[in-house]
Amino acid sequence: MADRIGHGIEIRRLYKIFGDRAVDLVDAVKGGMSKSALMEQHSHVLGLKDINISMPGGCIQVIMGLSGSGKSTLIRHINRLIDPTVGEVLVDGVNVVKMNKADLMQFRRHQTAMVFQKFALLPHRTVLDNTVYGLEVQGVSRKRQVENAMLWIERVGLSGFQNRYPNQLSGGMQQRVGLARALTNDAPILLMDEAFSALDPLIRADMQTVLLGLQKEIKKTIVFITHDLDEALRLGERIAILRDGEVIQQGTSQEIVLKPADEYIARFVKEVNRGRVLQVGAVMDPLASTTVPPRIRVSVRITLEETAKMLAQSGEDSLAVIDDDGRMVGVVDIRQIVKAMAPPEPTIVGDLRVTEPTPDLHRRYTYVPEHSQQRVL
Amino acid sequence: MTWLTTFPHMDDAYLTAFKKAIDEGFRQFTRAYGDRIEAFFSPLQSFLIFSERLMINTPWPIVIAVIALIAWAASRSSRVVAGAVIILLAIGYFGMWEDTMRTISMILVCTVLSVVIGIPIGIVMARSAHVQNFVNPILDVMQTMPSFVYLIPVVMLLGIGKVPGLIAVVIYALPPMVRLTNLGIRLVDRDVLEAADAFGSSNWQKLKNVQLPLAMPTIMAGINQTIMMALAMVVIASMIGVQGLGQPVLKAIANQYFTLGIFNGLAIVGIAIIFDRVSQAFGLRLQKHRETVHG
Repeated sequence: MADRIGHGIEIRRLYKIFGDRAVDLVDAVKGGMSKSALMEQHSHVLGLKDINISMPGGCIQVIMGLSGSGKSTLIRHINRLIDPTVGEVLVDGVNVVKMNKADLMQFRRHQTAMVFQKFALLPHRTVLDNTVYGLEVQGVSRKRQVENAMLWIERVGLSGFQNRYPNQLSGGMQQRVGLARALTNDAPILLMDEAFSALDPLIRADMQTVLLGLQKEIKKTIVFITHDLDEALRLGERIAILRDGEVIQQGTSQEIVLKPADEYIARFVKEVNRGRVLQVGAVMDPLASTTVPPRIRVSVRITLEETAKMLAQSGEDSLAVIDDDGRMVGVVDIRQIVKAMAPPEPTIVGDLRVTEPTPDLHRRYTYVPEHSQQRVL
Repeated sequence: MTWLTTFPHMDDAYLTAFKKAIDEGFRQFTRAYGDRIEAFFSPLQSFLIFSERLMINTPWPIVIAVIALIAWAASRSSRVVAGAVIILLAIGYFGMWEDTMRTISMILVCTVLSVVIGIPIGIVMARSAHVQNFVNPILDVMQTMPSFVYLIPVVMLLGIGKVPGLIAVVIYALPPMVRLTNLGIRLVDRDVLEAADAFGSSNWQKLKNVQLPLAMPTIMAGINQTIMMALAMVVIASMIGVQGLGQPVLKAIANQYFTLGIFNGLAIVGIAIIFDRVSQAFGLRLQKHRETVHG
C-alpha cells in the first residue's frame, strides 16, 4: 500500500457566523462582540471565532469540546462540508476555501476521508460495498476496489462479515465499517467526527486501541473530534480545547493536565486519571551533575503508573530518566510520582481555596460556600 | 340591495362572449395544430397497438406462465403466484380473457409512461424548493379536476381512441408517482448524504448511489399507487373509445345489465389485486436489508 505521510493542516483566522448577513457581521465579532450579544442584537449564531490551529502532518490532533462548542462545525471546514465566513484552511499549503467545485470534489476524493458519529453507512449496501465507496467514486477498477477494501476489512477485524448489511451488525462493528471505508480511500487526512462517541465504553476503548495501532503504520494526519477528555488525552498528540466557538487552550496532553489554562479546563482535568496520562518526563527533576545516577533507566515517555510499578518492583528509591536518544536527562523518585499522581488538593485560606497543581504554576482561587467548608476541613 | 341577494356577476353578454372567445381560440388551435399533435403522439399509438396485439395474440397458457413467472421473480412467494394464476384462469373461464388482455396492456403502457415521466419530475422537485412550489399546485389540479373536464380538450385535439384515453389515464395516475419520488428523496438521511459528499461524490453519483436506492421503497409505493389509479380510470377511459373491461361495464350501466357489470367489475378488481400484491411484495423485498438482527 502506498501510504503517504499525512499532510499538515493549517487553520488561520477562521470565523463562522450562521445567518444571512454573516459577512457583514464579521467585523463586529472581530471587534469583540460576544456570542450572546450577536444572538440578541442580530439573531445570528456565532459558530467559530478566530480559530488558529496548526496541525503537523502525521499526527493525531484532537479537538475537544462539549456540545455546542463548535467542534463538529470546525472539522467540517477542513473538507469544506461547511463554508467559512472568513479565514483560511491550508492543507499541504493549498487553501481549501478558495477551491472551485471541481477541485473541491477532487480534494475530497483524494486528500480526505471521514468517519462519522452516526456511522452514516449506506443501509442498502453490504459491508464490502460500503467499504469500496470512496474508491468507487474515484472511478478505480472494481478489482482494485475489492482488493483494497478486503485488506482493510480484515485489518479492522471484520473478516467474514463483508457480505452482511450494516443493520445486521452491532454499533461497534458498524463503526469498524466506517473506519474501513475511510482507510480504504487511502487519503493522507483522516477526519473523525466523534467517531467513537456513540459506542459503549468498552468498545470505545477497543476502537481507540485499534486506531492507535493502525496509526503507528499509516501515519496519517488524523483530526479527531471528541467531547471526552479521557479519549482526547489517550489519542491526542496535540489537543485543542474549544468552548463557545473559541480555542481556549492548545498543547500536548501533558500541558493540558499540568497547566490548565483556566478554571473551565481545570474542572475537566480534575477527573482525569493522572497516573495514566502524565509521563515521567513532565514531573522529573533535571539531572544535576553532582548526583550519582540511579541504576535503573526509564524513558521520558512512560506513564507515572508504570514508573511507580517499576520503582516498587525494583526496590530502588529513584530512577534515571532517558530521552528518545538514550541520553540521561533527569531523575525521578517515588515522592515526586505520588505527588503528581494525586489531583491538586485545595488548602484552606479563609474563604478561599488555593490550589497549586505544580509549584511553578499560577495560583487559582475558588470561592467555597460556607456550608461546604466543614466537609473540606 | 340586489347586490346582497344575488352575487354581482359579470354581465351575461360579456360572459358569453368571453367563453365563446376561449372556445373559438381553442378550436382554431385545434385546427391549426391538431394534425401535428396527432403526429407527435403516433409513435405512442403504434406502441399501444403493438402491446395490445402482443397480449391478445399470444396463446393464453404462455401469457399466464409469463405473468406467473414475473409474479414469482418479484415476490418469491408461492401464494402470490397461485393467487394470480387462479384469478387469471377464472377471468378466462368467464369469457373475459380478451378484454382483460386489452386492459392489462393499457395499464402496463400507462404505468411505464407515468414512471418515465414521473420519476425525473420527482427528482427535480426534490432538488429545488422553487420547482416543488411550482409543480405541487399542478399536481393538485391533476388529481382533483374531474376527469371528464380534461377529456374534452383531449378529445377535441386527438379525437376518440387509444391515445386520448392513455393521456387521460396518465394525467390521473401520474401525481402519486411524482409526489412519492419527491418525498422519498427528501426523506433520505442527511447524515448519509453528508458522507457521500465527504467522499467527493458528484451530484449524479449521489443520486445513483444514495438518493434513488434509499428512496426506492417510497418510489415503489408510488408505482403501486399509480397502477391502482390507472385501473380506476379504466371505465372512464372506455367512454372515449379505449377497449377493454371498461366497455362492457359502460354497456351494463346504459342497459342495466347487472351481471355483466358485476363480472367485468370483478375482473378489474382481480387484476388490481394481482398488480398490487406483486408490486408490494417486490417493494418489501427491496427492503430486506432493513431487517435488524441485533436488538
